This record gives sequence, structure tokens and C-alpha cells, in this order.
Amino acid sequence: MVKQISVFLENKSGRLVRVAQALGEANINIRGLSIADTSDFGILRLIVDQPDKAVAELKNRGVMATVTEVIAMEVPDQPGGLAKVLAYLEAAGINIEYLYSFVEKQSRDAIIMMRVEKIQEALAVLEENNIPILSGERIYSL
Amino acid sequence: MWNPKYEAMERDKLEKLQFLRLKQTLEKVYQLVPFYGEAFKKVGIEPGDIRSLDDLNKLPFTIKDDLRDNYPYGLFTVDLNEVVRIHSSSGTTGIPTVVGYTRSDLELWAELMARTLAAGGATSDSVVHIAYGYGLFTGGLGVHYGAEKVGATVVPISGGQTRRQVKMMKDLGTTLLACTPSYALFIVETIEEMGLSPEELQLKTGVFGAEPWSENMRQVIEDKLKIKAFDIYGLSEIIGPGVSYECPAKAGLHLNEDHFIPEIIDPVSGRVLPEGTTGELVITTISKEALPMIRYRTRDITTLTRNKCSCGRTHARMAKVSGRSDDMLIIRGVNVFPSQVESILLEMGETAPHYQLIVDRVGSLDMLQVLVEVSDELFSDHVRGLEKLEKKIRLEIDNTLGISADIKLVEPKTIPRSEGKAQRVIDRRNL
Repeated sequence: MVKQISVFLENKSGRLVRVAQALGEANINIRGLSIADTSDFGILRLIVDQPDKAVAELKNRGVMATVTEVIAMEVPDQPGGLAKVLAYLEAAGINIEYLYSFVEKQSRDAIIMMRVEKIQEALAVLEENNIPILSGERIYSL
Repeated sequence: MWNPKYEAMERDKLEKLQFLRLKQTLEKVYQLVPFYGEAFKKVGIEPGDIRSLDDLNKLPFTIKDDLRDNYPYGLFTVDLNEVVRIHSSSGTTGIPTVVGYTRSDLELWAELMARTLAAGGATSDSVVHIAYGYGLFTGGLGVHYGAEKVGATVVPISGGQTRRQVKMMKDLGTTLLACTPSYALFIVETIEEMGLSPEELQLKTGVFGAEPWSENMRQVIEDKLKIKAFDIYGLSEIIGPGVSYECPAKAGLHLNEDHFIPEIIDPVSGRVLPEGTTGELVITTISKEALPMIRYRTRDITTLTRNKCSCGRTHARMAKVSGRSDDMLIIRGVNVFPSQVESILLEMGETAPHYQLIVDRVGSLDMLQVLVEVSDELFSDHVRGLEKLEKKIRLEIDNTLGISADIKLVEPKTIPRSEGKAQRVIDRRNL
């Protein structure tokens, strides 16, 4: 499983840059990100090389941040690649809360970060169907 | 029940007793205290004009400033040689207020606290740990004399040195804890830090008061200490703790009506409100000697019901105090107390997040926006979770206050604070 950082952001100027600067100054590298937002606020989800340090740094600066566990999996980078994986999960009745992609430079596969409620069940389904799952260490060091 | 003759007195008898005692009190203050004499004359009232309890509302109010203006002894009805005790409330605004007790006032106080503690489970077998401050504050000594009257074994430990307090409670087999609810939470943490479990203590009940607390806090205290927690209410101007107390039914706080007459008023118009309506609590003391109070405005916001309680007590019950009338806002004609919003937020977690009410007028309509700082406890990684939270707060505010508010979640520490306290209200209306 991979530690993702979830950050609460108000929807106004300067909020995102503050977070990015804080991480930069702490020498933390952002590997991937996604934002979900409404008209009032957003949730920034980050994959970084040092997740625990990143949360501590952000909290120190008064930013609301927590660690959320997500699954990282490799999906063939070709038409229908993602659909196939999603169909396995769908068939097993596993509800996906959100997902986003994470582009790896050296690989032919796409990396997908995925958050589900039933993490253990989801991992079992992926293993059964030989979908490669990437560890936290692997993702942080990409 | 400590004193069923009075605590469960039939209401018609109780009201006769109240009227008799009220008349005696009015005659006395009218004759002996220049302040009351002048105040009554100003509205053209003499004690003889009060012919029934319903006439009480013809009398003028007494407020905290009247105590300050007559500092220290101006409102006393007896000579100092009859006063055997002084207490004082410091207040945050400079001049303190001083209250006095005759010997019989102290006996009355002990009686009322005995009722309070007995309702909270105290008997002569109890070991009562009193961690309210002793001294000018009424908390410590007030509970103390009540616990002795019940015949309990009293441990007058006062505040501070919490680890030692926990050790004493364990060693002495304390069964009843009396302190502020926030100190009870601190004791919970200390017990955990010391690696003890509540089962190693003999605690069965606790009586907590002197500050507002939520049902959620009660739940935490009851679960963590494995006790039943009772709310108690009082203020030094009336007598101290012992004005009202919860019984095991936990359906409001019984107000000792054989000694105090409560009313609920609209804090703006001063009009007496019908039973069951939320407003400011006003109390008239009818048996105190040294410092009687006529229609004292407590500034505390609550409701009253006079229905008989399942415990058998007949005295009126007041709801948990939900705020202070000084902080009241009028939004779209509805009285709103910031603390009402605070108690709603408290129910969302163990501690209330920082919040701010912003009132504005768009066209001719008042708008209320509530900013809520996201805390660790409230934060969710899901947009849906946060939207649900906003909706829950909005619905609760609508249910409780009857007005719709716009809820906006904001980042931590973005609500301006002055000296550690957040500024609760911004009113942008030009009224």
C-alpha cells in the first residue's frame, strides 16, 4: 500500500502555491498529484518521496494534512487496459472512491493510484487477476 | 431524595410557600436596602402591590452592575456582625462582586448542596473528592458543606497536582468526584498517562458544573471514568452551586423552587416568556438573608418546564445552559447565540472547532455565514465526506435556531484570533 497525503485547501488564490512551496523548502519531491474540488474547497492528493515528513512539515505550517492509504497498480498502457481492471473490481462488488494516473517515465505501463473502502478485498481481486501491485517504497523512489 | 417534603412538594402548596416567602423578602429589601427602595419607587411599586406570584413581573430587574455599583456591602440587608462568610466572583471586567452569607444562609446552602449531591448518588457511605477550587470561589466550600451534611467522607483536595489527586482517589476509595467537567477530562487523561484503568478506582458518580459542557463531553466522561455524570448549576449572586441540579432521570436540572423563583424572559424586551420558550433565566431569592436578589438577570440562556419529573420531584427543570444573553445576535428576527452554534459544533466531535459567524445584509435580508476551521477530527479525504459535514451542520443549525446558514469550511488557523481567543462574530450590517 502507498501512503498518499490528503490536504485540505480553501478555494482561493495562494493556497496551492503555499503547499507546493512548503514541500519544496523541505526538499520533498512531488511524484504525482490530483485535486478534487467544489466551489468552496478542494482536496489535494499528493504522492511524495517522504510522506511522513511531508505531513509533519505541512502540519507545522498549519496546513490540514493527513495520510490516506491508497493502492498503486500497474495497468497496461493500451486501449482497454484500465477497463479490464475496473471490470474485475466491479464484478467483485468493490466500490472505487477515486483514482488517478501517475505517469512513469521508463515504463510501458501506466500506474494508477486507487482509493477503495475495502482495501484488502481489492488487493485480493487484483492479485487473483495478476495485476501488478506496487509497494510504497517502490513508488516513493520512482 | 434528600428532602422529599420540599423536593416533591405538591405544586399548589409550593406556590403558596413561594408567595409567602416572596412577600417577606420584598418587605425586607424595600425597607432595608436603599437601592431596592428607590428602584421600586421608580416604577411606582410597593411590596403591597404584589398580590400573587403573577405580579412578580411588575418588579424591576437587578443586574450584575447593580452589585458592582453597590460594592462591597451596599445590597446587604443585615449588619456585618450577622454575616459569617464572604465569597467573591472576580469577573473579567475589573471591579469584583462580593456576596455575603448569614449563618442561616450557610445552613440553607448546605441543605441545597445536600439535595444536589444526594441526587448525584451521595450517601453517608460515599467518599467525596472535591476538586473545585477552595477560597473566594463558591465551588469548593459550597460542595464541601453539602457533602458533610449528607454525612459523606469528604476529601477537600481543591485543584491542581492531578497525579496526586488520582493516587488519592485510588487509595481512599473515592466514590464521587466533584469538579469542573474540563478538569474531569484532564483527570481522565492523567489516569491514562499513569497507566491506570478506571476499574482500579471505586468511582461511581460525578457532579460537574461551573462551566458549560456538552452532552458529548458527558458521554466521554461517563465512558472513560465508568461513572454517571450529573450537571449542576449555580452562581454566586444567587448562592453559588446548589441553584439547580440533575436527578438520575437526567431530564433537566431541578431548580430549588422553595427558595428561588425562576422566570424566563426575552433578553431584549424584558418580557416574561411562556413556559418552554428559550430565553434568559431570571431568579428571585425568597429565603436568603444577607443578600436577597430580586429578579436577578443571570444572563444564562435556558428553558424551563414545570411538568412533574419521573423521579418524583416537582420543582421546575431548566435545560442545560446554552449560552449567554450578552452575546445575542438578532438575525431575521430570530435570537441567535454564538454558543448555540458552538454546542452544535461540539456534537460533531470531542472538542469544538474554531468558528466564526459572519452576519451581513443583502438587500433587506440578513444572511448568516458560519466559517468552521477544519480540524484533524473533522477532516475527511473525501469531497463527499466534507460536503456531508457541511450539510449536517447546516441542518442542525436550521433545526436548533430556525434559520438557514451558509456553512463554509476553512483551513486551520485562518480565523483571526486575539490573545488566543478567536473572534466569534463579525456583524457587517449597518443597522
